[in-house]
Amino acid sequence: MASLRNYLDKIRPNFEPGGKLHALHSVYDGFETFLYTPRTTSAPAGAVHIHDSIDSKRTMIIVVLALLPCFLFGMYNTGYQHWLALGATSFPFWELMIYGFLTILPRVAVAYIVGLGIEFTFAQIKHEEIQEGFLVTGIIVPMICPAEVPLWMLAVAVAFAVIFAKEVFGGTGYNVLNIALVTRAFLFFAYPAQMSGDKVYVATGTPFGYGTALPDGFTGATPLGQIATQSGPSLELLGLDGKIIDTWQAFLGLIPGSFGETSTLCILIGAILLLATGIASWRVMLSVFAGGLFMGWIANTFASPVYPASYLNPLDQLLLGGFAFAAVFMATDPVTAARTTTGKYIYGFLIGVIAVIIRTYNNGYPEGAMLAVLLMNCFAPLIDYCVVQANMRRRQARLTSKTARQ
Amino acid sequence: MANNKSVFFNPLSKDNPVLVQILGICSVLAVTVKLEPAVVMGLSVIAVLAFSNVIISLIRNTIPTNIRIIVQLVVVAGLVVIVSELLKAYAYDVSKQLSVFIGLIITNCILMGRLEAFAMANRPWPSFLDGVGNGIGYTIILVIVAFFRELLGSGTLFGFQVVPQCFYEAGYANNGLMILPPMALIVVACIIWVHRSFNKDLQDK
Repeated sequence: MASLRNYLDKIRPNFEPGGKLHALHSVYDGFETFLYTPRTTSAPAGAVHIHDSIDSKRTMIIVVLALLPCFLFGMYNTGYQHWLALGATSFPFWELMIYGFLTILPRVAVAYIVGLGIEFTFAQIKHEEIQEGFLVTGIIVPMICPAEVPLWMLAVAVAFAVIFAKEVFGGTGYNVLNIALVTRAFLFFAYPAQMSGDKVYVATGTPFGYGTALPDGFTGATPLGQIATQSGPSLELLGLDGKIIDTWQAFLGLIPGSFGETSTLCILIGAILLLATGIASWRVMLSVFAGGLFMGWIANTFASPVYPASYLNPLDQLLLGGFAFAAVFMATDPVTAARTTTGKYIYGFLIGVIAVIIRTYNNGYPEGAMLAVLLMNCFAPLIDYCVVQANMRRRQARLTSKTARQ
Repeated sequence: MANNKSVFFNPLSKDNPVLVQILGICSVLAVTVKLEPAVVMGLSVIAVLAFSNVIISLIRNTIPTNIRIIVQLVVVAGLVVIVSELLKAYAYDVSKQLSVFIGLIITNCILMGRLEAFAMANRPWPSFLDGVGNGIGYTIILVIVAFFRELLGSGTLFGFQVVPQCFYEAGYANNGLMILPPMALIVVACIIWVHRSFNKDLQDK
């Protein structure tokens, strides 16, 4: 480690004003502060300010760590679904993992290269430090898309989201909407054929020539996709092997779906890490699940054959699709969530309610978690404003009643 | 006649009704999915704007101040009906595509803006130039937006396929978001972005 520190110190003069690589100073700065505590802090040594070492770069890394179980499971599940679709009876662990890894690797690479490229460029133009926000976005984006989303589409969507949802608002910390979800929403509305339906959620190709290709036009719908096409009060959710998907399987996540969001178990492991380190707000998380359960219960109580998803029991509403992933990793994004304590409860609860409303009562959108979070992102500042105003009124009333009594 | 010159040329860029005055945005969203209706819409607005400017300018001294808005509306509405009937007679398909938006020229903010701000206080000839200039300024933006939306959203220009078939075979797909109204706003925003970066004096401090 000491040699790395020495090396960084040695090449530092090149990046300082007058140095020959000064144009790339923000790149140097970004890497240096990524690896070590920043050299300069807001107060000189010996001052009374206390600096927590958990700055935003460390926060981001912990979120990435929390995403890791989902990511590893996504690799396995991508392979598993592929093998299942081939009709295999044995599932060699490492082959499944390698297949999933090779499928997702180009997507992760493209997301990071495009996103970080734009971030670096903007930082250079604006003479600012590189902002670290894309560290998490870059890993989340491939996880919330189908595993085989075309690379160029991913690149276009990431570029769109980073420029129009983030940089034009002023960069990390100023964005109104969650960047990863904007990426996904862009893909969903711009290229619906590649992002929804029953043809995209099972990897069919041979990444880097590995594995056996499935025939073109292979179909394997996600559970929520199957529900949208069913009628009548008894729902039948089938896995690719033709067996019924029960609640336990939905919890484990061995079902077709977007790369990283099928396994509620792994999402919960990530959630525990986020909550234990205090990175994510338990208020938001809890109230999203509460909202989903509440609305799922209402929908289930007034179930109707017109809306097949209303026959889903409330617990399954939370386990299927991207609901749990959105609750744990999307809704809790500190930049776009509500910030007041009461506001967090309202914000989370409404996300849960709206997500279930969309997926139940709009048969055109089998999944509503993405749209629910984006919608509430827009309303988060309003919720905060109302909470603060209500608090001010309450205190004002207390003050006037006190002075009136005197 | 340097003054007349600036009256005509300012709205094309420096004082563009869409980019700088941010007027007429809703019709920019509505009629720019394809180039053809956008061009027809632009021409209609040029015609209505120029002639209503002239008519209002001719009678500006006889209009009582209290009812000037109503008089302006009557003049615009009359011209819009004429344009609408002409389109129905000679370009029926396009008038079908434009549906209510030709009628809604009446409520286009550019019309009322120019009548109030210019024609009510100027002689007919400058008013005519102002109307044509603003109409062209509006049409330019309409055509640019429609160009990108049709090219990226449908792969065509004026209805002709311009994105070759081999692109689609290689995995290219039309961008469905381009056909939806939100993307028109973002395209307009990009044009404003480029326009402001060339005209630094227009940038907000």
